[in-house]
Amino acid sequence: MAEHVVLHLDSITKRFGSFAANDNISIELRRGEVVALLGENGAGKTTLMNILFGHYVPDEGEVFIEGRRISHGKPKEAIAAGVGMVHQHFSLAKNLTVIENVMTGTEPLFGLKSETAKAKRKLKELEDKFGLVVDPDARVGDLSVGEQQRVEILKALYNDARILILDEPTGVLTQQEAEGLFDTLRTMAQDGLSIIFISHKLNEVMNGSDRVVVLRAGKVTAERDTSETSKEELAELMVGRRVERPVREEASFGDVVLRVENVGLSAGLVSRLSDINLEIRAGETLGIVGVSGNGQAALCDVVAGVLHPDQGTISINGAEVQNLNPRDLSNMKVGRTPEDRNTQGAVGELTLWENTVLERIKDPRFSSRGFVKKSEGRAYCKDLIDRFDVRGGTPNSRISRLSGGNMQKLILGRCLAEHPVFLLAAQPTRGLDEGAIAAIHEDILIARKAGAAVLLVSEDLDEVVSLSDRIMAIHGGKLSPAVETEHVDSRKLGLMMAGEWGGLS
Amino acid sequence: MRIEQREHQSKVLIVVAPLMAVVASLSIAGVLIALAGAPVFEAYKVIFVGAFGSKFAITETLTRATPLIVTGLAAAVAFRARIWNIGAEGQLYMGALLATAVGYQNFLGLPSFALIPLLIVTGAVAGMVMLVIPLGLRLRFGVDEVVTTLLLNFVVLLFVSMMLDGPMKDPLAFGWPQSVPVVDEGLLPKLVERSRLHLGLVIAIALAIMVYVLNQFTVFGLESKAAGFNPVAARFAGVPFEKTLIKVACLSGGLAGIAGAIEVTGVKGLVSNDLSASFGYAGIVVAMLASLNPIGVIFAAIFTAMMFVGSESMSRTFGIPSFIADVVVSLSLLTMLVAVFLSNYRIRR
Repeated sequence: MAEHVVLHLDSITKRFGSFAANDNISIELRRGEVVALLGENGAGKTTLMNILFGHYVPDEGEVFIEGRRISHGKPKEAIAAGVGMVHQHFSLAKNLTVIENVMTGTEPLFGLKSETAKAKRKLKELEDKFGLVVDPDARVGDLSVGEQQRVEILKALYNDARILILDEPTGVLTQQEAEGLFDTLRTMAQDGLSIIFISHKLNEVMNGSDRVVVLRAGKVTAERDTSETSKEELAELMVGRRVERPVREEASFGDVVLRVENVGLSAGLVSRLSDINLEIRAGETLGIVGVSGNGQAALCDVVAGVLHPDQGTISINGAEVQNLNPRDLSNMKVGRTPEDRNTQGAVGELTLWENTVLERIKDPRFSSRGFVKKSEGRAYCKDLIDRFDVRGGTPNSRISRLSGGNMQKLILGRCLAEHPVFLLAAQPTRGLDEGAIAAIHEDILIARKAGAAVLLVSEDLDEVVSLSDRIMAIHGGKLSPAVETEHVDSRKLGLMMAGEWGGLS
Repeated sequence: MRIEQREHQSKVLIVVAPLMAVVASLSIAGVLIALAGAPVFEAYKVIFVGAFGSKFAITETLTRATPLIVTGLAAAVAFRARIWNIGAEGQLYMGALLATAVGYQNFLGLPSFALIPLLIVTGAVAGMVMLVIPLGLRLRFGVDEVVTTLLLNFVVLLFVSMMLDGPMKDPLAFGWPQSVPVVDEGLLPKLVERSRLHLGLVIAIALAIMVYVLNQFTVFGLESKAAGFNPVAARFAGVPFEKTLIKVACLSGGLAGIAGAIEVTGVKGLVSNDLSASFGYAGIVVAMLASLNPIGVIFAAIFTAMMFVGSESMSRTFGIPSFIADVVVSLSLLTMLVAVFLSNYRIRR
């Protein structure tokens, strides 16, 4: 590999008020290299990349590309020097086609003829070279998230990018899509491109990069060649202390708490769930794995009382609950953490305390005769904040101010504080960093130990394996038979998720 | 430079921002006054004196503010729950029309203290129906209520014209399209002798306090806010979503209907085509000026009334079109939107 330095960030410092988001950061990127920028949420990764790309102006420091200094705050100059950026939230026009999106910004506004044919040819070459297959005439809004990301990458390559920056590229992808992405990045690096990807996921950093730069609290804490480091070391470097995800202990189970029998749900003519049968005993955790979009959301909504099934029964400690609403369930000590904390779990414009009491507002503790007991609500929330280590807000601040991890701690906390007999944990750690994941896992294990039946629905296989006693897979709205966690390996889980559970016991 | 959200809304700015907005809008409108050839400061002085300079002026301004407070509240409660009720004008007219239909004869021989509440409740019911129907269409079929409530205004106005020229026409009105008058027992008592200022002002302020209490201290207030801002999360938390929105629609439409009943029983005693000087639409501006705060609505309504009443004096004194009031009120809405933004965010370099 050539030792040619294509990008040099020299002593970058960026302050927001008194807070240094980037503190004297220097990074070099060589030709043909894939560098992972690893750090927890809020470590300054995105700020740094925004400086490189010209969105922010640093307070100190310089950016050099191919040895040439780039003036600050000029994205155009960065693009001209060959930097391409793939944002976490795509910057594509959904109502335009792929080719139109790719060409946007490359053509003069008042040009007489559009060079679509030529552009298509160039796009085709890029597609073939890197295996990034997309139909150029498809509308971007019709594409899957993975395909949209390919379009973003193609757009950067079309603009002759030699340095590609990807901000949390796998955050929105399924596992298979993520693997495909890293294959592509590898091919591009072999072709001489240089790549930086931002991540807080240790697995993909280990698998996808040549070198790792670890950021913590705005500083570079370490640089390692990927081949000479380990997940454990990186986790420690990233968090600053040793984090270990807590592990499930053996336990004995009680009676069946949750029993779902023959539940079916259809939306119009489409069947979303069919023949769902499961049982969870007190103190037991059942994990549900599956490729996203196979009915997890519907299953969670049915169990959470948001949707009512068309057929079948759901019972909790023997009482039928399939037609109850969320508040009734909450009264029956059912704890529910929703799949998407921002859209389902919290009303962003309300305060922390309002969000913590909303599902129990009719409870005499929090209201009487239609009037809200504000001070009780605040005190309850303060207690949750202390017990579940929620940082970054007071009971009176808006919940949208919280980071994902802290919001999730509060949402889980408001379930656990009521000592649930049954806990639904849907995607409990999606998008969270290592520290927060460990805390959430700890909380779930405490609930299990206290005798709650836990239904864990997650796309993170490591999470499911480490927390669950039994595992089922969901595929096409149907559940596989349950297997004991001790008897699964990744091959078996893969088959289960693909819907091939013929040989399972 | 970038803009970021403040951690807490600044308490000072909540009060100062609207005042700054008013000052800014007056400054901009000052340019227009200057272009029209009048001395700017003199003109504003005349507006102020015209609105507050005498006992009579004050009563006129407050009379004008009364329906604006109530329609402002109607808009504020609806917008807070993200129901875009643009139909207060129509709801007001329906409230006025139905209150008059019930009050043109005292069938039951009720005394004032019973008949007046009856007429106000009648107005409220009429307004409720006029908003619950569009909301029902939205909840059932996804029809945008901005369109339905706005268009219903025209339907209602034409309906009112029809009634005024037909079944409800006053035979003694020399052919003018106006309704039969409400009986004397149904009229609101005057607050000040020999003025138009009536008990409606007290009712309006009481309603503002009621809405404030509902918003701030009740389960309904919390649930309606949650349902408005994030229906998905509200449903997940077990807030009865449709029920809550229907309650909000009843409150909002009811308030607009009350505005109509008050205007009829307080000022004119009958319905005519010019009963409302666009009070329904102006209520939207009032609500926005007040950042949807019910107590702020009182002040925003008085400010708006001041501009309209005062600019008539200015118009007489300097020969400038009184439309300048519309300009100032509209500008203050725009500057207020900027001010609200700034009080929630800060600009950083």
